[in-house]
Amino acid sequence: MARGRNATGSAGTFGAYGGRYVPETLMAPLAELTAAYDKARRQRAFRRLLTDLLGDYAGRPTPLYRADRLSERLAGPGGGRGKRGGGVRIYLKREDLLHTGAHKINNAIGQALLAQKMGKERVIAETGAGQHGVATATAAALLGLSCTVYMGAEDTRRQRLNVERMRLLGAEVATVDAGSRTLKDAINEALRDWVTNVHTTHYILGSVLGPDPYPRMVRDFHRVIGDEARRQLKKAEGRYAPDLAIACVGGGSNALGLFTAFLGDRCRMIGVEAGGSGTALGQHAARFEGGTLGVLHGTRTLVLQDEEGQIAETHSVSAGLDYPAVGPEHVDLRDRGRVEYTSVNDREAIDAFHLLAETEGILPALESAHAIAEAVRHAPHMSSKMSILVNLSGRGDKDVESVLEYRDDSGNGSIRPPQGPAFHGLGRTHPRAASEEE
Amino acid sequence: MSAIDAVFERCREEDRAAFIPFLMAGDPDLATCEQLIGALGAGGADLIELGVPFSDPIADGPVNQAAAARSLAAGTTLDGVFDLVARCRDRLGLPIVLFTYFNPIHARGIERFAEQAAASGVDGVLCVDLPPEEAAERFLPALLSRGLDPVFLLAPTSTKERIAKVAAASRGFVYYVSRTGVTGERSALAPTLLKEVKRVRKRLSLPLAVGFGISSPEQVEAVAGVADGVVVGSALVRLVEDDPKASDLAERVEEQVRQLSAPLRR
Repeated sequence: MARGRNATGSAGTFGAYGGRYVPETLMAPLAELTAAYDKARRQRAFRRLLTDLLGDYAGRPTPLYRADRLSERLAGPGGGRGKRGGGVRIYLKREDLLHTGAHKINNAIGQALLAQKMGKERVIAETGAGQHGVATATAAALLGLSCTVYMGAEDTRRQRLNVERMRLLGAEVATVDAGSRTLKDAINEALRDWVTNVHTTHYILGSVLGPDPYPRMVRDFHRVIGDEARRQLKKAEGRYAPDLAIACVGGGSNALGLFTAFLGDRCRMIGVEAGGSGTALGQHAARFEGGTLGVLHGTRTLVLQDEEGQIAETHSVSAGLDYPAVGPEHVDLRDRGRVEYTSVNDREAIDAFHLLAETEGILPALESAHAIAEAVRHAPHMSSKMSILVNLSGRGDKDVESVLEYRDDSGNGSIRPPQGPAFHGLGRTHPRAASEEE
Repeated sequence: MSAIDAVFERCREEDRAAFIPFLMAGDPDLATCEQLIGALGAGGADLIELGVPFSDPIADGPVNQAAAARSLAAGTTLDGVFDLVARCRDRLGLPIVLFTYFNPIHARGIERFAEQAAASGVDGVLCVDLPPEEAAERFLPALLSRGLDPVFLLAPTSTKERIAKVAAASRGFVYYVSRTGVTGERSALAPTLLKEVKRVRKRLSLPLAVGFGISSPEQVEAVAGVADGVVVGSALVRLVEDDPKASDLAERVEEQVRQLSAPLRR
């Protein structure tokens, strides 16, 4: 839960992060949204409707799949002693099997229901990889709401298939040519639309970003991921928590959806950002490594920016991670030492994409491939008594062109053999890190 | 009494609204902008609103967004904006209010920002994405302790409670956003605007300036009938956009200001 109000009376803060930094026009609508959400989430009828739609329409619960061939491939020198080969047991939470192909539908249906409840006839959304746009277009079609999705021109190029999917679902896709022509610019345009049409329109923000109540509302709608995984792990492993839970972090919605359920457990958690193509500003989206505190899109958080406070451009092979700020609650979780954050570069993500395809017959979204790549780093150093849970946040059909393009650029798409000490080194050590890697 | 208070008092004595033109600092570059600010004064400005360029201006329409991009591309920094103010402020004898987003202030450090703004001669700061709630702890005290007027926004969506909150936090004047939406020229004023402005103004003791979407002398005249100040931005910025290198750009800006402010001087 958000910790309510801080001493200064600003809303929706997580430690020193979050808040509500928006133009005055949006202040009253945000208060209205907060009241509507706080009321809805306490109403049994609303929760029931949401649960039913997530079950019958979206396809929940998603399976928890034990990826034995992947585990086996990644077994280190001391591995191979597991029941069915391999070292550590790697589980994949299969959000890729949801309707529309990613976790985004959890939040899109939740917010669309809320919009309907608030009497709004129109929803808007921003999208990077297109998954949130497709999910919003889908939920809008399902509930009979009109829908506009903002998408950066660069992203419409990278994610052509999803653009067509949104149009087929009846949504208008508005291409954004300003700035870096990616997710950040799509959010700018969505906010401008919302400011203009706030009386008739609800903005379905797609991640744990933006002004209060979005970061906690989006988190709450995704928490079902972690809650299900806990129950499923209990059945599979005899205990609720894995030794290590991994999720990719763009804005960070799938990661918080997973992590929130495990915060009270003894398990190590790692969020994986986009390391992109290099370490210079503009070449990556690793906010925990290259970011500084700032205010963007309504929230105070880690931001990639220059010394003047101008927002930096970012790069990632994955459109969904290509964003200069991170959800504010993640920064608080980092400060509290509860979740670690690291990054995986484009090359490693592409390699992990191929590895999962070849070992398990699953094409992961390039976002999720970043999480798989982090599992690749740890698995060889973990024992057969241990388990890793990776959130497979989405499927990779949308990324096939990007992956093929990447292969063309660099020739070889095969996974590098897991290396020893080089893969040990995380920026931040966790109190339990040593024991995990014995 | 601040310089901003003095302007509104003088206008009240003259029984007219104040004319408040906006330009983006450093657009198309700092040297040209300095001339344009001179033209604002020559054309009949009472108070000047100067934009601080920001990469992601969510409250601005295409014209001001492009102006910020031009300014940043020309290398404008916050220090450059302060230098510009220092060069113009006293020569012109008109108060200057910075219109900015919060992140450049946050990056500079609130205290240091306030100190430098005051030292350069800035009179007030309007931070468009910083509502009074978020400003209370550090921003407000930093400004007030240095004699800078914090100017906050009201909008058609503002409730009675918010009007009271904004009024309590503001000094100098309160800025009313003429309609829900972003900055930019509109062919017509919002139909309920004049009634709304009267309603809001009754609840304020501070002067109320109206902006966003006002771009013709007729619109200026209509708004001036109910408000204490009229802000015109995009209609001036567009002159820069149309031909940033025009040798007579300053003359064009001056003439535009003269025409737009004419209804206030009859």
